[in-house]
This record gives sequence, structure tokens and C-alpha cells, in this order.
Amino acid sequence: MNHIAPGARAGIYHYDEIDRRFVGERVEQFRKQVERRLAGELTEEEFKPIRLMNGLYLQLHAYMLRIAVPYGVMSAVQLRKLSEIGRKYDRGYGHFTTRQNLQYNWIKLEDTPAILNELADVDMHALQTSGNCVRNVTTDQFVGAAADEVVDGRVYAEILRQWTTLHPEFTYLPRKFKIAISGASSDRAAVRVHDVGLLARRNEAGEAGFTFYVGGGLGRSPFIGKLVREWVAEEDFVAYLEAILRVYNQYGRRDNIYKARIKILVHELGLDTFRQEVEEEFERLRGPKYRMAPEIVAEIRKHFAPPPFEELAERSDILERAKATDPAFANWVAVNVAEHRAPGYAIATISLKPPGGIPGDATCDQMDLIADLAERHSFGELRVSHVQNIVLAHVKQDELYDLWQQLDAAGLGTANAGLIGDIIACPGLDYCALANARSIPLAQAISARFADPIRQRTIGELGIKISGCINACGHHHIAAIGILGVDKKGTEFYQITVGGDPTLTTAIGDILGPAVTETEAVDAIEAIVEVYLANRTGEDERFVDTLKRVGHAPFKERIYAAD
Amino acid sequence: MPLIEQGRVAEDSWSLIPDGEPVPNDRPAIISFERWQAERASFDGRNAKLGVRLKGGTLAGAVAADLDRFALVAVEFPKFRDGRGFSTARELRERYGYTGEIRAVGHVIPDQYQFLMRTGFTSVEAPEGTNVESWADALTEITVAFQPSLDDTQPLSLLRRRLGAG
Repeated sequence: MNHIAPGARAGIYHYDEIDRRFVGERVEQFRKQVERRLAGELTEEEFKPIRLMNGLYLQLHAYMLRIAVPYGVMSAVQLRKLSEIGRKYDRGYGHFTTRQNLQYNWIKLEDTPAILNELADVDMHALQTSGNCVRNVTTDQFVGAAADEVVDGRVYAEILRQWTTLHPEFTYLPRKFKIAISGASSDRAAVRVHDVGLLARRNEAGEAGFTFYVGGGLGRSPFIGKLVREWVAEEDFVAYLEAILRVYNQYGRRDNIYKARIKILVHELGLDTFRQEVEEEFERLRGPKYRMAPEIVAEIRKHFAPPPFEELAERSDILERAKATDPAFANWVAVNVAEHRAPGYAIATISLKPPGGIPGDATCDQMDLIADLAERHSFGELRVSHVQNIVLAHVKQDELYDLWQQLDAAGLGTANAGLIGDIIACPGLDYCALANARSIPLAQAISARFADPIRQRTIGELGIKISGCINACGHHHIAAIGILGVDKKGTEFYQITVGGDPTLTTAIGDILGPAVTETEAVDAIEAIVEVYLANRTGEDERFVDTLKRVGHAPFKERIYAAD
Repeated sequence: MPLIEQGRVAEDSWSLIPDGEPVPNDRPAIISFERWQAERASFDGRNAKLGVRLKGGTLAGAVAADLDRFALVAVEFPKFRDGRGFSTARELRERYGYTGEIRAVGHVIPDQYQFLMRTGFTSVEAPEGTNVESWADALTEITVAFQPSLDDTQPLSLLRRRLGAG
């Protein structure tokens, strides 16, 4: 294993011999499963869930392989390997996903065992990135760095990674199962639109515990996660999750794929009955067998010890001088740089959303550069965010200008994190067999229309999310402006929703009016923005707040009145 | 249909008796749960072993009160993708303290064998035409389990491994 020395890097869980043996055995198992499929011993129906649980999808034009990036955190060495694989087996790029993973869209089935072998060389795999099992647990991309963090979500996400890996009871669930953890006062992990959303908190004694939300999710029936238990002590958190999954595995619907998620079970049983079932299981399960002892947590926490920060002044003169001389850089700092808990450090977001670009795509050259920059500026560690950007979490403020110049030269210096150009889009009809409409070209057109960084900043915080079908992989329901692709007699149309909110005040957006064509959609978005700018009380009134105050009418009038 | 125990084909001393056919008194017999519900009084005083077969949708709780009457519970998998049976076995063992044989029947594949063993099954009635070798392989191809098995006394087993390693 060729990771850089543990002392010199930030918190990445390092595999031991057991983790490594396990991944090796799984690669070998999958190789044999492919052989058994080819020999006809496994039917296609039997092989499909097996291949899905190894991250392999059959898309419109080719196989897609989705690589697990546990809770979105990886090392520069791992990213370099992903780039190498992209060059060797794909078309020179990779695509970062809303589950903080990476996928290759042009993979050959026969190459997959070799790719999995190469991944295993850097302690990576594609396990449970698909299939009806517990998927990659996601968390806040600023974890371990954010100034507003209360509990380090990585520790619990790693415990869950191990706990859910080939779980004997929960690998053939009614449907996929997604868990998100947030341990900060701002929710950057959208916990209430997950099957289980965990808010990690501390009680008055300073002990860690969790608020459990269950039954959130998007798709064709969007639901906001319901509060099932306000406080589950750290030592009980695996037991409580086990109880939830056992209730779901037994009672979740299996007769209709569209009604099989836990959100439907919670909805049909009613929250009180569901909670009662879970509590009964939990009371029985919570014995010593499932107790998460503090020493286990402490042992996992060691992996995520803070990197060796230098003692620096709160304010960097180098940074201030650079901002004063380079307005484009100053704008990037204002938009893409967040406050770090260590003095003199900062969190930098690398936008994978250049104007006119494909959201979440990175070329292999860009990945190599980001890996180099992570080593030079962020202790060899980086994160994938669920909005499909990359985060360098521990950058010295003194080095931000140097970092940005290198990023900018490679087309990675876009200043739009959280702004209108920071669009989430699913792969859409360009790749996906389920899609009704294309998502990517529309995202490209919108980001090109709003390319001007100053205009974007004037508009302020405003998320656009695009899904190419009702499965809502682009999370359009929870966007300030959501766009859903629909098919009307063979033509692609786009339905616009407004007022969604991915944070703890979670809200599902409302449909604004009839669906529009692709070309009309870009104008409609611009019209919505103009109405917002004309109506807002000031720069600090966000789009969603203006919308609440003035209602849909002025927006509808502007978009549809002309017809 | 081959009976698999410990990765090998084993002699099956049980017979499944279709509903409506007479249940032999002198050898182990498996009846459907529905028949048990309808005719339970007729099995009073039976000496030979009795087993019950649960359909996919019948959960452990349904049979819990009568478990002392059965030496075997057969849990049916209508489709291998339907994983309810894993919870059924687990509930039978952990919640209701059942110690008899739990047998997986229906559509199960070797790739699930370890999961079956680890949730409390003791035997598998594999589908006709199954490759018996694959069942044997399945027991050894993955040697790492991140969760405690049923009989594990050490809580959270593997997560604990680092404590020992220091």
C-alpha cells in the first residue's frame, strides 16, 4: 500500500489486513460469479442483483461502474488511481455523483474484474453502490474542518460502513437504503430526504447522541423524513438502526418497486405504529451484543485525528493582499471558501460546474491535478460533496491564492459554490435507461446563460437541480428551482418547481405551471431570477424567502402571460 | 431437491406432506403453517417429529407461541431477492429463542449461503439442478464478517478487532 505516511495526512480511515483481505476475497468472489453467469449456472435474473451489489449497472449504451467513496472522503493516492482507471478503461474522465461516489459511464463488462483488482490496490471497491442494500453512507463534505461542527460524522459513517458491509440480514431489502449523517449546526448532508437521516448532537454532559429521522426520500413520491426519536445515545445507535432495518425488512412492501422504499412503509403504517414496532425491537436488541462501547468509538476516532495543523494567525496578510490585487480571486474566496475551525486555515470548494460544463464531470488530467494539489495543500486528503464538487478541507489561507491560480489554469477555478451555476443534474437521457429527458444539455445551457460570476454573486444563494425523470436522482424536489424532465409524446419537456429546501427546514418545491420546452426552460429560469431580483427586499433576502412573501403569482405571470 | 448442510449434501430424514394428504405418524413430517392452524388439535399426542413450513409472507411472530411443538421450521423464499426470510430466522432465534432446525426452502442461491448460516439457518433445501460445489465454495470464499454471528458472544465483533491489536 502506497498511501503517504499517516502522520502527514488528514483523517482517512486506513485499512488493516482484515479490511484488505475482505476486499480481495470479494473481488475473487465476483470474478467467479461472472464465470458462473457465463457458464449458465446463474440466470440473468440471479446475476443482476449480484452485479449491482458490485456497482455494475447496464445503461443505455454501455456498462456503468460506480466506485464507492465512503462518506465522500479519499486520499490523493486513491484519486490518482481513479484517474488512471478512467484513462485506461473509460474515455479519460469520471463523473462524481450525488452520493459522493464516482462513476465511469463507458465500461466493458469483461474489464470489470481487472478494474476491481486495481481499485483493491488502493483499498477501494465498488461494493454496495447499487442494489437493494444499505448504500454508501454520506455526510457533510466539511466534516472535521467546519467551524460549526459539533460531532465528527466520519467516525459514525465509518462504523456504519463496516456494520453494513455484507450485512447478512439486510442485503436483500425491499429496496435500496440510504443513510446520511450530519454533525454540524448547518445541515450540508440533506439528512431529511434520506431513508434514515441522523443528526449527531451532544447533550448537556457533552456526550454524543443522534436524532433519527426516518422515511425521507425523493423519487416519484417525495417525503420529508419524520422524527422517530429525538435522542439515541451513542452506545445504542447501531441497535436502533438494526431495529429500524429489521422492521423495514419484514414489513416493507415487495409487491411494487415504486412503493418499496421505507418512506412508503412509514406513510402506510403511520408514524406512531412504525415507531412502536421499532421501539419494541430496539428494547430487545439493545443488550450488550449491540452496544457501541466508547472504546470502540475511540479506536475508530483515532483514524480521524486532526492533521498536524501549524499554529497560524487568524488572519492571513498574504491572502488579503492577493484579494486586493485580483478581483476574480477575491470573488472565488467570497463564494467558494468556507470558514475552518483552525486559525489560519480555510475550506476550499473546487467547483466541477464550469459554465457550459457537465455537472460533476472531471477529466483524468483534472483529477491528477486535484490529487497533486490535495497533497501540496490539504494533507493529501479530499472530499466529494453531494452537490458534485470537490473539497480541499484544510488549506492554509496563505496558500489559497497559489491554489486558485493552479485550479483556474486547469478550468477548475469557477466561483459558483452554492450559486445558480452550481447545478446538480442527473446523467439523464444521455446515459440513463430510465430517463425521459436529457438533463445535462439543459444544465449546460443554464450555466452558460449565467456564466458571469458577478451576476451569479448578485443573485446569491440559489440552487438549481435537474432530474431527467421522476426517480429524481437530480434532487429537483428540494431545489430552490427544480427542473424535472418529462416526455410528452416523444418530445422532451421540463416541469419547473420552486421553493424546495435541502437544509433542516426541508421543503418540497411546488410546480409553477405547465411544462416548457428545452429552449423555453432557459428563458423561464432567467425570468424567475429577474422576478426575484425585482421583488426581493434586499441582497440578504434569499430566493426562497422572497417566494414565500410574494407567492407564485408574479413568477407565473412573467413566464406564462406571454402565451 | 438436494439438502445442504455444512456445505455438503446430506440425507433428508424429513418429508414435506402436501395439504390434504395424511400425515405419517412414524417419521418426521413437515406440514404447512395453514394446515397447522386448521388442524392443530389432530397433532396432540404425536410422537414423531413435526415441522412447519412458513410461506414468504408469514413472519416469525405468527408461529412464535407454538414453537415448542416443532423440531423444524422451514422458511420459504418465494424469490431469492425477497430477503424477509433472513429476518424471520433471526427473530426465531433471537426473539423467540428457538433452538430447533431452521431450513431455507424455495428460491435460494449459493451466493446467499453465508447470510443464511449467519442469520440462524441450519440447512438449505437447494433448488433442483443446483451446483452443489458452489454451495461448498460459498462457505469459504469470504472469511471476514463485520457483524457478530448469532452465537457470537463478543459484541460488535470485528469493530472490536483493533482493541486487541493495540
